Amino acid sequence: MAALKIKKGSTKHSAYNLRPNFSDVQETHTLAVTVDNEPGVLARVIGLFSGRGYNIESLTVAEVDHLGHQSRITIVTKGTPQVIEQIKAQLGRIVPVHEVHDLTVEGPAVERELGLFKVFGEGDKRIEALRLAEIFRANVVDSTLESFVFEITGAPEKIDAFADLMRPLGLVEVARTGVAALSRGAA
Amino acid sequence: MTRQMTGARMVVQALKDQGVDTVFGYPGGAVLPIYDEIFQQNDIRHILVRHEQGAVHAAEGYARATGKVGVALVTSGPGATNAVTGLTDALLDSIPIVVLSGQVPTFMIGSDAFQEADTVGITRPCTKHNWLAKETESLADTIHQAFHVARSGRPGPVLVDIPKDVQFASAEYTPPQAINTSRYQPQLKGDIEAITELVEALEKAERPVFYTGGGVINSGPGASQLLRELVDATGIPITSTLMGLGAYPASGKNWLGMLGMHGLYEANMAMHDCDLMINIGARFDDRITGLVSAFSPGSIKAHVDIDPSSIHKNIRVDIPIVGDVGHVLEDILKIWKARGRKTNKAAIAKWQEQVSEWRAVDCLSFKQEGKTIKPQYALHRLEALTKDMDRYITTEVGQHQMWAAQYLRFEDPNRWMTSGGLGTMGYGVPASIGVQMAHRDSLVINVAGEASWLMNMQEMGTAVQFRLPVKQFILNNERLGMVRQWQELLHGERYSHSWSEALPDFVKLAEAFGCKGIRCDDPDDLDEAIKEMLAYDGPVIFDCLVEKHENCFPMIPSGKPHNEMLLGEASTDGAIEAGGAVLV
Ligand SMILES: Cc1ncc(C[n+]2csc(CCOP(=O)(O)OP(=O)(O)O)c2C)c(N)n1
Ligand SMILES: [Mg+2]
Repeated sequence: MAALKIKKGSTKHSAYNLRPNFSDVQETHTLAVTVDNEPGVLARVIGLFSGRGYNIESLTVAEVDHLGHQSRITIVTKGTPQVIEQIKAQLGRIVPVHEVHDLTVEGPAVERELGLFKVFGEGDKRIEALRLAEIFRANVVDSTLESFVFEITGAPEKIDAFADLMRPLGLVEVARTGVAALSRGAA
Repeated sequence: MTRQMTGARMVVQALKDQGVDTVFGYPGGAVLPIYDEIFQQNDIRHILVRHEQGAVHAAEGYARATGKVGVALVTSGPGATNAVTGLTDALLDSIPIVVLSGQVPTFMIGSDAFQEADTVGITRPCTKHNWLAKETESLADTIHQAFHVARSGRPGPVLVDIPKDVQFASAEYTPPQAINTSRYQPQLKGDIEAITELVEALEKAERPVFYTGGGVINSGPGASQLLRELVDATGIPITSTLMGLGAYPASGKNWLGMLGMHGLYEANMAMHDCDLMINIGARFDDRITGLVSAFSPGSIKAHVDIDPSSIHKNIRVDIPIVGDVGHVLEDILKIWKARGRKTNKAAIAKWQEQVSEWRAVDCLSFKQEGKTIKPQYALHRLEALTKDMDRYITTEVGQHQMWAAQYLRFEDPNRWMTSGGLGTMGYGVPASIGVQMAHRDSLVINVAGEASWLMNMQEMGTAVQFRLPVKQFILNNERLGMVRQWQELLHGERYSHSWSEALPDFVKLAEAFGCKGIRCDDPDDLDEAIKEMLAYDGPVIFDCLVEKHENCFPMIPSGKPHNEMLLGEASTDGAIEAGGAVLV
């Protein structure tokens, strides 16, 4: 092979990142997918993940442009770099998909999730729950004499941490939205 | 001028405006308004099949033989579910077809109505895209979109599900737009820097090989022309997948033959030993690569594909180029010529010598001895007697399919239709009907195995009704031959359910259908029998009784690299290890 001197994985310019350096390490990526808001589009995306054996750690979807009939799907997924590249390419193939952005590699991004926590308790436990909620900037959105519903937003790790703290204090029910994410800066 | 019309009439109008002249279909309650419209016009021919699977495969055959979009029309429920195999087949082989299905009226959807099925849900994973047309207003536009999606980019099957009330209601017809405004516009031009990089590699390469696939055929006849020009100007050997046969002529001096699991020795060895692999419109399918970790270990790999998801899917490549094969080939040629038409001539001459040595192994040689027809001999004679004719070949799936790919020689694209990706037994009979509809005066032969042939044999009724003189050339080994071969090699010769028992008398069957039946079991009679088949002006079922236990070689056993090919019976002992047996 001496005659050829192409560096493996070298260069260059393409609309797609076609020359990634693949490793076998599992990575978590957050993908933002803009789609036509039409019937079945979510089923196409989910069907792609189940049909090809990809992971979905979290998925959120809502219309973001009513006039343009566009929705944004935010997917947190896990896989080797090669699998992540496949996922992006496969998403790009779906006809009503407009754009696929990998927020994990396209510069810094903010990720937020909203959680609702119902905590049951009396006495010290109740006071401790309220105190911790304040530290986490969680709001009380409902309360009875023996329960609170806290609303908390933040990065998923923050919500995980809050859940861990609430568990011994009488946590009975959790609802989480999954991650919504945007790139930082003007672009 | 606004044109009000019913949804049913819109369907027919939209098909006409899309240039459709032939529809393969089967009626039922949910498509009656469309059938009523078909009855009242003469521009579109409707071919009544005998089973909806036949309609879809016929549409595929039509599409592959013409380069146009094939069309099938089916009713709701069972009509639509019968179309699923054909849709999946077209998806895996990237064949452009539009399937129109009837659906229960919109106000009954979800009520488990008679013949209701969630057609859009069922076919979502086996179409490139599908639509439920909920309003007559947008029906015509949806159908135009469907044609655009089916034929653009990597072609594929699409489905439009049309509820019966949408067919009855009236609205204004939307003609196709002169300029396509669809957002779906796949990239056609390849990245010039990457193409230049490929040309640089090609100039220096000592052992280059072209590995081409169905993408060349799908890109149109112009792409095949450009490929021929490039291959012949550079003198680089070329092999092709099952799907790409005919893009480069079998008589061309650089032709290596098909590669892959049952590919030719010289093709697979060249793939294994090359230093530059130029993949044009193929997808590194597992039938091609064999053991991935040992696939062509020393080569720089370039990959031209219109579908970005094909790149790096199975094999990591060094020079990826997303674009249409025709466009990219044009740029490769342009740049290569502008840079002075350089190749590493001395090295390539040496490489060609090596290739000649591999060719000399003569991996397809066989001995026709005794009174039993060898399947290879049957195809060898069929080739000899038909090679100068205006000929189209379809196949079923099994050993006969691989032998057909090995022993028949294709000089032009769009002449060879076989189920590659899905491996669908039952494809060949309806596909031959679709091809013959497109080319009424040409010779259309379906090379079949007896077991596959039975799967859609009802379509002989279609052939007789529409006077389609398709020739069904059945290599009858009274075995599910390919299954039997695997059982012999992998499962200790325990032939579990791999023989064809209680076979019909094919000659009588032919007569029952109203076509001609011919049987041949003697090599000495074979030529005369084939000539009789060719001379008959009408459909023929040719029952060619062949050697029952013949195996198909060369064979790369599952889980083995290219250079560990089995060439014949002598070399099969212990060829497949336990690890390979788990693969299909
Ligand atoms: C619909 C379908 N079912 C099962 C198979 C698995 N299969 C592959 S080849 C084969 C045997 C085909 O027998 P025949 O058509 O007689 O061809 P031969 O191999 O004998 O030439 C079978 C069962 C398939 N490919 N398609
Ligand atoms: Mg057979």
